[in-house]
Amino acid sequence: MQVSVTVNGKAQSHDVEPRTLLVHFLRESCALTGTNVGCDTSSCGACTIHIDGESVKSCTVLAAQADGASITTIEGLAAADGTLHPMQQAFHENHGLQCGYCTPGMVMASISLLDENPHPTEQEVRIGLEGNLCRCTGYHNIVKSVLAAAGQMS
Amino acid sequence: MTMTEDVVATPFIGSRRLRREDPALLTGEAKYTDDIPAVGALHLAVLRSPHAHARIVSIDVSGALAIPGVVAAYTGEDLASQWAAPMPCAWPVTAEMKNPAHYPIAMGKVAYVGDGVVAIVATNHTASRDALDAIVVEYDVLPAVIDLEDALSDRVVIHESAGTNRSYIWELHPQGKETVDAIFASAAHTVSERYIQQRLIPAAMEPRAVLAMPQPFGGDFTLYTSTQVPHILKIMAAITVGIPEHLLRVVAPSVGGGFGSKLNVYAEELLCLVLARKHRCAVRWVEERTEAATSTIQGRGQIQNIELAADANGKVQAVRVHILGDMGAYLQLVTPGVPLLGAFLYAGVYDVPNMSFVCESVFTTMTPTDAYRGAGRPEATYAIERAMDSLAAKLGEDPAEFRKKNMIQKDQFPYTAMTGLQYDSGDHVGVLEKAQELVDYTGLRAEQAARRASGSKKHLGIGVSSYFEMCGLAPSRVLASLNYSAGGWEAATVRVLPTNKIQVVTGATPHGQGHETSWSMIVADKLGVSPDDIDVLHSDTALSPLGLDTYGSRSLAVGGIAIVMACDKVIDKARKIAAHQLECSEDDLEFVNGTFSVRGSSDKSMPLAGIAFEAFTAHNLPDGMEPNLEAHTTYDPPNFSWPFGTHICVVEIDEETGFTEVIKYVAIDDCGNQINPLIVEGQIHGGIVQGLAQALFEEATYDAEGNLKSGSFADYLVPSAADVPSLTLGHSVTPSPTNPLGVKGVGEAGTIGAAPAVINAIVDALSPFGITDITMPATPNRVWSAIQNAHS
Repeated sequence: MQVSVTVNGKAQSHDVEPRTLLVHFLRESCALTGTNVGCDTSSCGACTIHIDGESVKSCTVLAAQADGASITTIEGLAAADGTLHPMQQAFHENHGLQCGYCTPGMVMASISLLDENPHPTEQEVRIGLEGNLCRCTGYHNIVKSVLAAAGQMS
Repeated sequence: MTMTEDVVATPFIGSRRLRREDPALLTGEAKYTDDIPAVGALHLAVLRSPHAHARIVSIDVSGALAIPGVVAAYTGEDLASQWAAPMPCAWPVTAEMKNPAHYPIAMGKVAYVGDGVVAIVATNHTASRDALDAIVVEYDVLPAVIDLEDALSDRVVIHESAGTNRSYIWELHPQGKETVDAIFASAAHTVSERYIQQRLIPAAMEPRAVLAMPQPFGGDFTLYTSTQVPHILKIMAAITVGIPEHLLRVVAPSVGGGFGSKLNVYAEELLCLVLARKHRCAVRWVEERTEAATSTIQGRGQIQNIELAADANGKVQAVRVHILGDMGAYLQLVTPGVPLLGAFLYAGVYDVPNMSFVCESVFTTMTPTDAYRGAGRPEATYAIERAMDSLAAKLGEDPAEFRKKNMIQKDQFPYTAMTGLQYDSGDHVGVLEKAQELVDYTGLRAEQAARRASGSKKHLGIGVSSYFEMCGLAPSRVLASLNYSAGGWEAATVRVLPTNKIQVVTGATPHGQGHETSWSMIVADKLGVSPDDIDVLHSDTALSPLGLDTYGSRSLAVGGIAIVMACDKVIDKARKIAAHQLECSEDDLEFVNGTFSVRGSSDKSMPLAGIAFEAFTAHNLPDGMEPNLEAHTTYDPPNFSWPFGTHICVVEIDEETGFTEVIKYVAIDDCGNQINPLIVEGQIHGGIVQGLAQALFEEATYDAEGNLKSGSFADYLVPSAADVPSLTLGHSVTPSPTNPLGVKGVGEAGTIGAAPAVINAIVDALSPFGITDITMPATPNRVWSAIQNAHS
């Protein structure tokens, strides 16, 4: 079946099997491999993207369900001149990443978190990121990054 | 003044320089193995045994072959002729060790849930997975063996060829077994403890992935794989698959964490290679998370019996240890050696003159175990730190004061341990006291007493854990004495390009640790250039042909020193060129901030940039000098390095629910000099949470039939940000005197210190109930049940 979406501002239309998950559509049909797959139970959040501005685990959505939607992936965050999004910059400055595998999903989820709550407490950040797992950082510097970004982005 | 001159005026070592790795990782530009395109690649899927122990009676793949896109289906017998050797184990710890041959796809019999039974090759991923459901296998199911003591009894022998489930027994009695037994017989005080190191699932966030690309006519193979050890893998794959080593290139692209689980040679890596050879085209495989729970190694898996004997003053005189190790169904790359890595640490940070250590390891019908962050050392530290608390409690002493009394004192370093190993440097009492101050130990004890007096149902517990870690793996001759099949050196090349940009080639293989950033800081300081002018090449055996990779907190303490030595060689050669061109003696030249100057005549100088270009043009070099400015070294460390520290965990336990909340966590980890404190702290944070996760959340649980019950992230509790506390890190620097950077390594420290600190805190909180131990993970149910049992 044909699925047409806008990804990072660019129209994409691809013929896929109906059972194709959105994450595989993005990775394989759109060749946007920044969105990672970390589990098969929708537990880890590595595949978090934005659909029409809301953060979604792209392994929980069929590509077909996203037909017509506007999608932002990690590749769509930095400016054309290479300037990082304030959340990306905050992760960089606060060492909020190590191996980087959870990072795209963590950054997307964090942006969404601040959209909903621009001035979270540390505990609100921790609870807000409960659906995104990281094995490297112990979360300490991820939380620090999000709190720093909250200061920058508000 | 140029930007570069401005920058190089500062030493980079010791600064919190932001990581150069980040931008690619933050933008999705970084390529992990499954991100690498390979047009026309075939997809491998592996049918895995649903039984822990069974004979394969028959396999019918006809249904799978009928699925469009499925190219081939292979049983173990079908692939038998492809293997030049069985799966490798590089650590035959004793000459008598039982190591039953096993192959990437089982032949005749399966020995754990997850053992490979059929390899499917298809033109696309979905067809390869669909095919698995269409294969019919008839099994003759045999009894599972999941209990270590049951395994040792040989009630059911898993590998007939071995004749027993006991793989090996390994003993260490430096003072003689009888001496230690005699001390115990006459000791004023003893404790005898039994601890369970539960099996853990490493759960690196990137599941494993493999892409084997052949050049059918050229004869070469490139293997992309999510591994920590491309160099070791190249050798082992060549031996196992029979591809000549010089025709095999192994590349570890961006790797999404390892924690030891990617320090291995895996069936799927070898399968992709043989299938790429057979089908003359690229073959790829990507692991699913639930599959990873059984097909990637698990960690820990020990029953520990530890006894301490103390004199009348409470000074520990001897430690006696018996370990029962769970090898799982087969021996993977370093499976049998993991308990031995802890053998030397069972006296921890204490001045104990006698020890006796026995490790028996058994096969079980579960996923093979192998190295997981700390590998043997967290287990050892857990045992001694729990036992020290037990002994302190028995003597009615404060656990911190009891530790200090027994610790190796600062002025005893370098300290020759009763095992014969020499500890480089340390200040155990100092870091413990700093940690006590940081956490407000006195205040907490007062609060604890007040709560207890008031009958509060919220119980405060304070847990101390002090550790020593054996890092910098490793002096090759020591490895030889442990029967390890390789050396412990590391390689480096430093190459000054004609335009004074630098290439650094390292044999260490980062997978999240930020080696590119740290290595460039070291070289920048050595050569007086900007880190931005340095590229660090790694993780590809074509670019970095020599190396022994990254594990055991070895990269900096071994690989970093190799880089320092290569820089020194470059400087020596550059000095010869400068002396030649400035017409002076080499001895008259000083090298400061990237420039050679003649002492006392500041107008006579030559920057490294000029020398690099001279080395390139070769128009005016000293007679006989080769025209390049690069140096290669391999460094074999003279000793292990010995990081150390103290963690103090404070918990509050709700008596009504058994829920444990970590309300404060303080750690002081002394890893010697720090190249980049930002990175050091990140390593410690992550390590602590992994250790805390073992203490509170994680356990690979099996039912009586040998089925893994915690096989997905829905069942296996990798903690989230909401489950763990903020961490407070203190600071202590005791340089190692055995290497020129004074570094020790930090990759595993957090994990080693954390689990005993958490459990000591929980037991401390529950001590008014008469509770003296709690098995990991200390789930609310376990804690609540322990309280109920104590009440009744």
